[in-house]
Amino acid sequence: MPYIGSEDTVRDLRRVLSNPNVQSDQLRYRNTILKVIRAMSQGVDVSGLFSEMVKACATVDIVQKKLVYVFLCSYATLNPELSLLVINTLRKDCQDPNPMVRSLALRNMTNLRLPSLVEYVEQPLTAGLRDRAACVRRVAVLGWAKLHNLQTNSEIDAAVVNELYSLLRDPDPVVMVNCLRALEEILREEGGVAINKPITHHLLNRLKECDIWGQCEVLRILQRYRPQSEDELFNILSLLDVSLISPHPPVMAATLSLFLSLCSGLPAVGLAALERVRGPLLAACGNTSREMQFTALCHIQLLLRSLPGLMGEHYKRFFCGYAEPAYIKQRKIEVLVELVNDDNVAILLDELRGYCTDVNISTAHAAISAIGRIGRSYSDKCLEILTELLGLKQEHITSAVVQTMRDLVWVCPQCSRTVCSAVEGCEAEIQDSQGRHALLWLLGVYGEQVSSVPYTLEVFIDGVRSEASVGVKMELLTATVRLFLCRPAETQDMLGRLLHYCIEEETNMCVSDQALLYYRLLHCGIEETRKVLQCRRSDPSLGVLIGRPAEPINQWSYIFNTLEPLRPGAIETESATIGGSPEHMTFDPKPNNDLSDTLSYSFGKTVRSVTDTALQCTDSSSDALTASVSAPLSLSLSPALSPEEFEDLWLQQQALHVEQGPEKIKAEENYVYMEEHVQCPTIFRCSPQSLQAAMQLVNIQTLAFTPPHTLPWRVYLYTNTQNKHSADTCHGTLILGELLYTGEEIQKKSKDEENVGVEARQDKREEEREEDTAEGRSEKERVKKNTAEKGIKVTLKQQPRDEKALKGFLSVLTTVLHALSSE
Amino acid sequence: MISQVFILSSQGDHLIYKDFRGEAGSDVVNLFYEKVTALTGDQPPVVMRHKDVHFVHVRQGGLYWVATTTADTSPFTIIEFLNRLTALVKDYCGSLSERSVQMNFALIYELLDEVVDYGYIQTTSSDILKNFIQTEAVSSKPFSLFDLSNVGLFGAETQQSKVAPSSAATRPIQSSRDQGGKSEIFVDVIERMLVVIGSNGVLMKADIEGEIKVKCYMPTCSEMRIGLNEEFSIGKSQLRGYGAAVRVDECSFHQAVRLDEFDSLRILRLCPSQGEQTVMQYQLSDDLPSAPPFRLFPTIERDNGGRLLMYMKLRCDLPPKSAGINVSATIPVPKGSVSLSQELSSPDQSAELQPQSRAVVWKIPRFPGGTQLSALFKLEVPGFSSASMLEVGPVSLSFELPKITATGLQIRFLRLSPFQPGPAQRWVRYVTHSDSYTIRI
Repeated sequence: MPYIGSEDTVRDLRRVLSNPNVQSDQLRYRNTILKVIRAMSQGVDVSGLFSEMVKACATVDIVQKKLVYVFLCSYATLNPELSLLVINTLRKDCQDPNPMVRSLALRNMTNLRLPSLVEYVEQPLTAGLRDRAACVRRVAVLGWAKLHNLQTNSEIDAAVVNELYSLLRDPDPVVMVNCLRALEEILREEGGVAINKPITHHLLNRLKECDIWGQCEVLRILQRYRPQSEDELFNILSLLDVSLISPHPPVMAATLSLFLSLCSGLPAVGLAALERVRGPLLAACGNTSREMQFTALCHIQLLLRSLPGLMGEHYKRFFCGYAEPAYIKQRKIEVLVELVNDDNVAILLDELRGYCTDVNISTAHAAISAIGRIGRSYSDKCLEILTELLGLKQEHITSAVVQTMRDLVWVCPQCSRTVCSAVEGCEAEIQDSQGRHALLWLLGVYGEQVSSVPYTLEVFIDGVRSEASVGVKMELLTATVRLFLCRPAETQDMLGRLLHYCIEEETNMCVSDQALLYYRLLHCGIEETRKVLQCRRSDPSLGVLIGRPAEPINQWSYIFNTLEPLRPGAIETESATIGGSPEHMTFDPKPNNDLSDTLSYSFGKTVRSVTDTALQCTDSSSDALTASVSAPLSLSLSPALSPEEFEDLWLQQQALHVEQGPEKIKAEENYVYMEEHVQCPTIFRCSPQSLQAAMQLVNIQTLAFTPPHTLPWRVYLYTNTQNKHSADTCHGTLILGELLYTGEEIQKKSKDEENVGVEARQDKREEEREEDTAEGRSEKERVKKNTAEKGIKVTLKQQPRDEKALKGFLSVLTTVLHALSSE
Repeated sequence: MISQVFILSSQGDHLIYKDFRGEAGSDVVNLFYEKVTALTGDQPPVVMRHKDVHFVHVRQGGLYWVATTTADTSPFTIIEFLNRLTALVKDYCGSLSERSVQMNFALIYELLDEVVDYGYIQTTSSDILKNFIQTEAVSSKPFSLFDLSNVGLFGAETQQSKVAPSSAATRPIQSSRDQGGKSEIFVDVIERMLVVIGSNGVLMKADIEGEIKVKCYMPTCSEMRIGLNEEFSIGKSQLRGYGAAVRVDECSFHQAVRLDEFDSLRILRLCPSQGEQTVMQYQLSDDLPSAPPFRLFPTIERDNGGRLLMYMKLRCDLPPKSAGINVSATIPVPKGSVSLSQELSSPDQSAELQPQSRAVVWKIPRFPGGTQLSALFKLEVPGFSSASMLEVGPVSLSFELPKITATGLQIRFLRLSPFQPGPAQRWVRYVTHSDSYTIRI
């Protein structure tokens, strides 16, 4: 943006610069040049003063020289001919006895960026490589890189490259690092500087001499090195261990990056390195600089993808401060969601609840959807908070809550009742299209559960003319047709009006096409429409995974320590793929797949994606199975059970159990409840994929798990048994099971109890009662102690009762668990 | 690798622009500013992107310090570099502000020239740089009568001359070299508190992050020894004596610190280079050695006229001789609140309603330890409902506690050896800031 009157400024400056009186007065001359530079950095075009400035270059005053060089380097490309005049002065300066002047001249000679001057520059650069002063050598080395980039197509001078390689042994560490940088640029087409064993070891040995910038550069370049033997690898790793816990975040990050690339074949070592950087990373989160805190947070998110339990106990470090900028708060909220477990969920939700009323709207939304994410595992508490938030009657909060509830219901259909009663009557507050979209979806899908839906929809339909959003209109159509299917009498009239408006008056093609589609569909009959529209209401993907499975490190290691993790929305959480999906379901109604079909289909998929190791272990387990299970017991997965059915059954039986507690349990012929303990403490480290695959091999379906390495670790599973001898009578039973592992005491336990400690305690009703009502503190402690002695707690529920089958199932289960944990 | 570095004022004025690699044009500066102003949020994200140009910026002293770079660069390095650059500018120019940067632009160009070559960071050590930097800093010190008060009457030593003025450490380091500026050394112990107090008064979270900073104005300084409390312990496992032990969870030191006397005598030895450096950083989590400095006892109710009454009692639990200064309490109030009426216990306090941030801000310039202040705020809230009560709180406090460290860390002594010729002044200062101090209601 040229300033007004910039031409006058330039004219004035030129007059002063060419005034001989000024030129003879050192101070005035320098001040005038200062004015030129100031005008330049303010954006005034002062290129017209080039020839005057060239004259000013020939001076003994170093400050003036530096100022003139700043000017010349900025405008040289505009005046290649005049720049030739400078070269002589510069070459003369390269002979100056003062090393500072020499380095200054050399640096600016290469900074002029004029291909025509290359021939004049080469000779001083060659001399500069052998200069006595390190500061001149530093400049000369990088000068060759600049020169090469000026004329990329020219031949690479082998002599220079050799000289640069030999300068890797220069006593000055900055010269060494600059050599690496220069060679990296010059030899870019050959893949950069050659990193062989002697160079690697030389660099590693000199690492300590470099400052942190040099260390980072060396560590980055060493990532290309592949050690020849495991011994060498571990030598390098132990050498680098000090830098891994460096108090300087750049060095720590560069070292971890190198660690991960060196250990790409050894995942266990990589995980150990992640554990090791926890301290320094947390310290970086408390750095004085907000920007550094943010960077550390983003990288912690990456680490959590592979080690979800890494920061578990430090969750309080991720609580937001009130004065923090929104970008930090939102990242912290994302991290907090990952750290939820049974012990801290109450505190975390309380904290998140506080962020929901943040002044910054996007922070408030992030907090609300975080609560929704936690709601997948702890739905009751979260729904309570969300319902309470609706009471605030604030536009943006209500809208965000309704969207969150929609996403939650999609994953946890058992919450639908609470959600339906909560969203009733909040349509008045929602102004934005996203929120109304979500509300309409909920009303359409759960129309039969909310009594006032027809009235609500009627308001929407009456206002459809003024509706701006296409999405909302389409959703309104779908919701109304859905509602018509379950409550035809109340809806028929308004559906007619809506279809009429959309087909006759609506200008948007999508909306009118969809309305026509529904109209014709309704012509085909109610049953057909129902088949199309009343499809599934919940996430068809397998299981409600509590948290995410741990990813292998190399899924993200390549973006570690780059700008990628800092970009907004860089780390796609799974919520994006699961949570957002109700929308496409409504936009293109899928052909009617019923639940069991999709389930069995996805089984096939997961079995195919089983890893090699999992296959190995399942082989061994199935071998063991054939040996141990002689009972004519067969397990099968059909009829399949959906997660919500599972939860209903599980809770229902639990409730029954508690009520029946005082009476004799034997009297309850309908089902069996048993608990026992299996000694296999390492099982909770096994990945969910391999566990699932192993279980499926013996026809046990796992429904949900906590990620590995988190405590308490849980798995929910079920199967159907069919006894061969009673197969004619179709006597099958359904077994639901929970594996629970708490506390760490077990790891210290000696392995004297290798055998399965089976203890079916169907008769000890008192103890069972205590377990069942295990909500209070003391009971929990007791359970912990109990498991500390016994190992993994297996709780099984069978319906109807068949003890033989249950025993058989238990032996199958323990064999699988042993096979997995011995792996 | 850094392609360009530029400094922008918060109004978008170009202060400094330096292109190291000549890969992108200078229009990126305007591009950056457009991106910043296009955002509605309070603070733009640290990393922004335009095609292949990635902007990484930090905000310091009200200025944007921006580097452009490629996607595969380490963000840790760039941000650490920008922070280091701001520290260097602060060292050389005395303070960080739009004015000081504008006045010293030649110096900053010179600095950038030496620090970065062709986009590669060469050195940021002020020891090496001082040999190369030739330009002298222009410091903008407005004339003030307070400066005169430091000069004793007829040159006599007064009480005042024993206390360093607060502006003493905000001067350029170079001035000491030639015109015989005072050779001084400042050791600052700065702690930041992150506290959350629950509605029942229980301490829910209490972290302290602290650092010891040395700012050195001596042209040549051989060795300095800093003695910490003898009862200083690190880690949770160490046994604590009955005395006034000072404990921290983790601590890390500047690489130049020699720790051979640390284990036995708790002495840090170092040769400070000119300018400011962080000698030691430490943190203490989930534990406060003493009671939290401020407690709040709120009563919130609704009067007959539908107004919201907030009666706040704030107690300062510091020792009676010390005080908190610049205390400001931010109390979030329901949306749409209008017209605040207030009753404060002393005239130097003030309170105002900020509709933008939906909060009442109550300011107390000085709050002595062991005292209690109370305030009554009456707010007119149209459409007041019972749910509006939920919007009140949590209260956040910001304050400064001079001469106090929350961990109790003290500097026993500060010795320079061999003894400096001439008058070398040594200053030790303590301060605790609130990084985030939240009290739930």
